[in-house]
Amino acid sequence: MDSVVQRVVQPVVQPVVALVDVVAVLGSFPALAGASLSVNRGEILLLRGPNGAGKTSLLRLCAGLLPVERGTATVLGCDLVADRTSVRNRVGLLGHSNGLYADLTVADNVRFWGATVGASQHEIDASLTRMGLANRLADVQVAKLSAGQRRRTALACLVARRAELWLLDEPHAGLDATGRDDLDVTLRSAAAAGATVIVASHELERAGALATRVVEVVGGQVRQVAE
Amino acid sequence: MTGFMTSTTSPAPSDRAPTSTTFSRALGTAALVGIGWLIVFGLFLSPNDRVQKKGVRILYLHVPSAWLAYLAFIVTAISSAAYLSKRTRSLTWDRLAGASAEVGVLFMGITLLTGSLWGRISWGVYWVWDSRVTTTAFLFVTYLGYLAVRGLGGTHHQRARRSAVVALLSVLEIPLVHFSVEWWRPLHQQESIANGKLSGLMLFSLFIGVVVFTLMYVWLVLHRQRLLAMQDALDDHGLEFAIAERREEAVF
Amino acid sequence: MNTWRIARLVAAKDLRVEWRSRVVLNQVLPFAALVMVMFAFALDNDTVLTRVAPGLVWLATMFSLLVIVQRAFAVETADGALDALQVAGVRLGGIFLGKAIALAAQLAVLELMLLAAAIVLYKTEVVADGIVLLVTTFVAATTGLAFVGTLYGGLAAGAKGRETLLPLLMLPVVAPVLIGATRATEAALGTENATPSDGWPWIGLLTLFAVVFGVGGTLAFGSLIDE
Repeated sequence: MDSVVQRVVQPVVQPVVALVDVVAVLGSFPALAGASLSVNRGEILLLRGPNGAGKTSLLRLCAGLLPVERGTATVLGCDLVADRTSVRNRVGLLGHSNGLYADLTVADNVRFWGATVGASQHEIDASLTRMGLANRLADVQVAKLSAGQRRRTALACLVARRAELWLLDEPHAGLDATGRDDLDVTLRSAAAAGATVIVASHELERAGALATRVVEVVGGQVRQVAE
Repeated sequence: MTGFMTSTTSPAPSDRAPTSTTFSRALGTAALVGIGWLIVFGLFLSPNDRVQKKGVRILYLHVPSAWLAYLAFIVTAISSAAYLSKRTRSLTWDRLAGASAEVGVLFMGITLLTGSLWGRISWGVYWVWDSRVTTTAFLFVTYLGYLAVRGLGGTHHQRARRSAVVALLSVLEIPLVHFSVEWWRPLHQQESIANGKLSGLMLFSLFIGVVVFTLMYVWLVLHRQRLLAMQDALDDHGLEFAIAERREEAVF
Repeated sequence: MNTWRIARLVAAKDLRVEWRSRVVLNQVLPFAALVMVMFAFALDNDTVLTRVAPGLVWLATMFSLLVIVQRAFAVETADGALDALQVAGVRLGGIFLGKAIALAAQLAVLELMLLAAAIVLYKTEVVADGIVLLVTTFVAATTGLAFVGTLYGGLAAGAKGRETLLPLLMLPVVAPVLIGATRATEAALGTENATPSDGWPWIGLLTLFAVVFGVGGTLAFGSLIDE
């Protein structure tokens, strides 16, 4: 079995994500205007919807980065209204930016992020292999990589961090075919090992095939989609 | 408009006078009367100084301004601490801190200006590098920084937390600045206020000045704080409309 | 992961970034040297320059500090790494200490260079009696500056108008260090008949400053960078 995404031995409260009528603001703009969502453990959930609908904000809120203005939000058993920071280090977020240090090499970056959770060298090597980076690319500075390669590096960092909840914003964008396949395999293994995955994507066919459930985000709210 | 005044102390502002209440009107009147009194005593009734002659009258503006500026700073610091403490967390403390800082920076400026003029008249210099003057100048710049931090945006609570922390860091910084300047340029005897003896009438005028300026401070801060409360309420109110508009996007 | 391990991890990462990019080495050190030369242009008097050399060294340090701090945080915000660190639940006190350590190391190199420049350009002479005081001054001042820089750098990072906010906030705060370090350095170098014993009280002030902002910074850092 895939040792890279071995995980989560402690019991997880069901559901993993429980948002009820959440309002969240960016400045004075209500990115989320009464969003409700429930996600169970082991699901791979696809968020689809037009640009500006609030998909990114939804992901950031679940990561504890966006404050909850109204409503209730419980992620992995942690009340985000009371303390946004309690859910941190159990969640992995891949947003529009990659969270990489451009001057360091691929291996440096993965090693650093892995070290923040105390990952072993073996786990770090496995993360690199999983995302197809355990070759000469590992010693290349991130600044010199293509956008797709950077994305893969960011994913490798995410894998090394062994999160219980994966939040991915357009993860397929910029990846070539091999990269996308690698990603899909990784996400399926993660879910199989007990993690929960939420993906926001425009790649409806591919992500649709990957996902166990689909919802639509529009106007800052979440709408269920008939399967 | 419902409820937005619930966190402030006084009731019932009206449309014609949005931030004034009976209490603040009484206070304002008392302050105006006091200012009149101060002008009479400061400019006319109190005697000239033996050495500085008429020039000493600037003191009646300078000393109360300095008192007010430092009072405002202390209020900002205490309000910031009150906001950060979980038991008393309320945006009212944050708005009080902000209002006090705005009034304080104004009077800090007046203090520096009048002090500079007085120095010119009394000893021929606009500035001295002693601990009192320099620390006041630093406090002024620190205020400006604090107000800049308040303007950084974000939700009301983010603003409150950030500026409260900056205010408390400034509290730590000020003694350090004071002592370093004190050791650097110790206070020279000739620059002390207790130079000549101040006559009874002069002291009395100064006392009036301090009292009147305190009334003025309370009045200014009260109004400014209410204005800030209204601005925050407007933001929240605006949020309702924005949410409704946002939800419209989902309807087709 | 405890705070010290995080601090070491972050400090190592920051220094590795500098090692690979050499921005401080190639851009900030020349800038500082240039400032020293421009002081000579402006002051145009050898006796005066020798007299005020300690002050100029510390003044140039302060200006360079602003640049180095902005660089240190630009590295974090360029690709959303600071956000990612928060999501990873990495202890913020550890991040603060780690970045402060890295900043102190870079400052130390800068100050050595400036001292050398003063010896060359302003005819400064280092006397044997004053060496201990000189070294202690540099250590105490650098520690305080590193703490303050990291703290306010974090505040200004990612805020609009941050370039102008940082000097406004930081320069008043570092004034005691400028005064204390200059006076102590003058005492160590024997400027204007000062003796080393005149300098030691200032070391007390510098140490107090470092302690206040070390403790205060570790506590306050989280509040200032948290969105």
